[in-house]
Amino acid sequence: MSKIGPEDVAYVARLARLTFSDEEAKAMARNLEQILDHVESLDALDTDGVEPTAHGFELATPMRPDTPAEPFDPALAVSNAPAAQGTAFLVPKVLEEE
Amino acid sequence: MGQAEDLLAKGLAEQRAALDGGEVSPGALVDASLARIAAKANLSAVVSARADAARAEAEAAAERIASGEARSALDGIPILLKDNIVQAGEPATCASRILENFVSPYDATATERLREAGAIVVGRTNMDEFAMGSSTENTIHGEAHNPWDPSRACGGSSGGSAAAVAAGLVPVSLGSDTGGSIRQPAGFCGVVGLKPTYGRVSRWGLVAFASSLDQIGPFGRSVADCAATLEVIAGHDPRDSTSVPEDVPRWTDALDGEVGGLTIGLPEEYFVEEGVDVGVLARVREAIAAFEEAGAKTVPVSLPHTEHAIATYYVIATAEASSNLARFDGVRYGRRAERPEDLQDLYLRSRSEGFGDEVKRRILLGTYVLSAGYYDAYYGKAQRVRTLIRRDFERAFERCDLILTPTMPETAFRLGEKSDDPLSMYLSDVYTTSVNLAGLPGLSMPCGLSDGMPVGLQLIGKSLDEATILRAGDAFERLIDHHALRPPEAS
Repeated sequence: MSKIGPEDVAYVARLARLTFSDEEAKAMARNLEQILDHVESLDALDTDGVEPTAHGFELATPMRPDTPAEPFDPALAVSNAPAAQGTAFLVPKVLEEE
Repeated sequence: MGQAEDLLAKGLAEQRAALDGGEVSPGALVDASLARIAAKANLSAVVSARADAARAEAEAAAERIASGEARSALDGIPILLKDNIVQAGEPATCASRILENFVSPYDATATERLREAGAIVVGRTNMDEFAMGSSTENTIHGEAHNPWDPSRACGGSSGGSAAAVAAGLVPVSLGSDTGGSIRQPAGFCGVVGLKPTYGRVSRWGLVAFASSLDQIGPFGRSVADCAATLEVIAGHDPRDSTSVPEDVPRWTDALDGEVGGLTIGLPEEYFVEEGVDVGVLARVREAIAAFEEAGAKTVPVSLPHTEHAIATYYVIATAEASSNLARFDGVRYGRRAERPEDLQDLYLRSRSEGFGDEVKRRILLGTYVLSAGYYDAYYGKAQRVRTLIRRDFERAFERCDLILTPTMPETAFRLGEKSDDPLSMYLSDVYTTSVNLAGLPGLSMPCGLSDGMPVGLQLIGKSLDEATILRAGDAFERLIDHHALRPPEAS
């Protein structure tokens, strides 16, 4: 039985860059606990020596010739930015001034 | 009803013949589609219409067709795209507040191929936010309704694309399927929906949910229409490194109506009385009898890890989603929180204000199963069980050419019925998720009604063998005309 409390939700939320009110965190904890309980049914399976599957179709990493091509237009690339300057994305200041 | 309106309700072959024969113009067909989209706005199937550009493209298509240069079966035909498949200059909200004002700067490969084939995109369809859901209720555009009964869900996450085809807004549409998101709504709305083999259709320009499972596919009112649409969108794409480097067969040529010589596997784990609607089981058993009568052989097969598919799926899909959705940070595109204190605050509030509850729940779950100390126990374990599920299918396919199951254990549920119980919503995907985990092609098609609501029949094929399930599905349509059943006009 997984025990997920609001403090676990707060920890994972911080990793995921999300915030929750106390009320929301309690509800999320209940949902996660219920879902993880179901997931724990996998523990009953013996998977020793079983290779993991990472993809729906086994393919070797495809290679391509290294030829120059037109890049994506930088003006288009910033066209959806909430804040931009020229072809740069603007964010709040990260480093403090001396 | 005018000629174009009449024609809109028919299949691609009839529309092609009328366009090529000059009986109707692409412009008239596009106008009929736009008018029907407006008339059926109460379904909330379509979230944005594309009128002026579509009419201009119809003019160009008319010129090509008049000079005998139609580019494909879809030239001059109106279609709809799910709102997570991007088109240059058009919105792609993914039904999320975080992408409310996004305008795509480029075309998805599937979009590009449709447009090169002459198809005319008339709009974008409603969905569950970021394709996470089974009901098209988790959406900023208002819950979508089932054309057969507006008090019921049209399924999800590609609910709008399924409802649009069922209600006759367009002959075909595109959706995406990560754990059943094409097949389940196709089943609920009584249309045909195809999830191709993983990698068959490029994911370039499909907003990523779970990259190892996501696949684009068509909806249509017949198997032949889905096959024709798949021929246009399938094929290798160097921009998607998981795209399969295989030639695209002429699937439409394989539709010969024959099922004699086919061996159909019936997984014993799927045909249990418990938890399956009586009417669903009855319709599916009638379908089996029809196949047998037409000369197909049926054999029992076993998929012993079926009961673990949902748990495996929700670990893998949410883990991949938590990583994919990290890109929504309020910096490069999407919603940004107002007056952030610093960069961390910008991230936290942009994401928390922008994502809906189900998306947050899945990001949390995915982050949890990938976090230090839990990775092996959850994610590593699920990847190993995924191998067992894949092997189940490989073993079953040693004895049969295709596998037949119900698409869903039930017909369309009522709107709101499951919205407070995420686990119960997840558990009803039991027949569809394992197909994504194994990367196989799966087709859902109508096989009759239960209490007035459509029942979906699922045909699962071997890897890259869409041909066999399309051929069997098309043959079934010729045996029993279930696909001709249309929802009541009143809805």
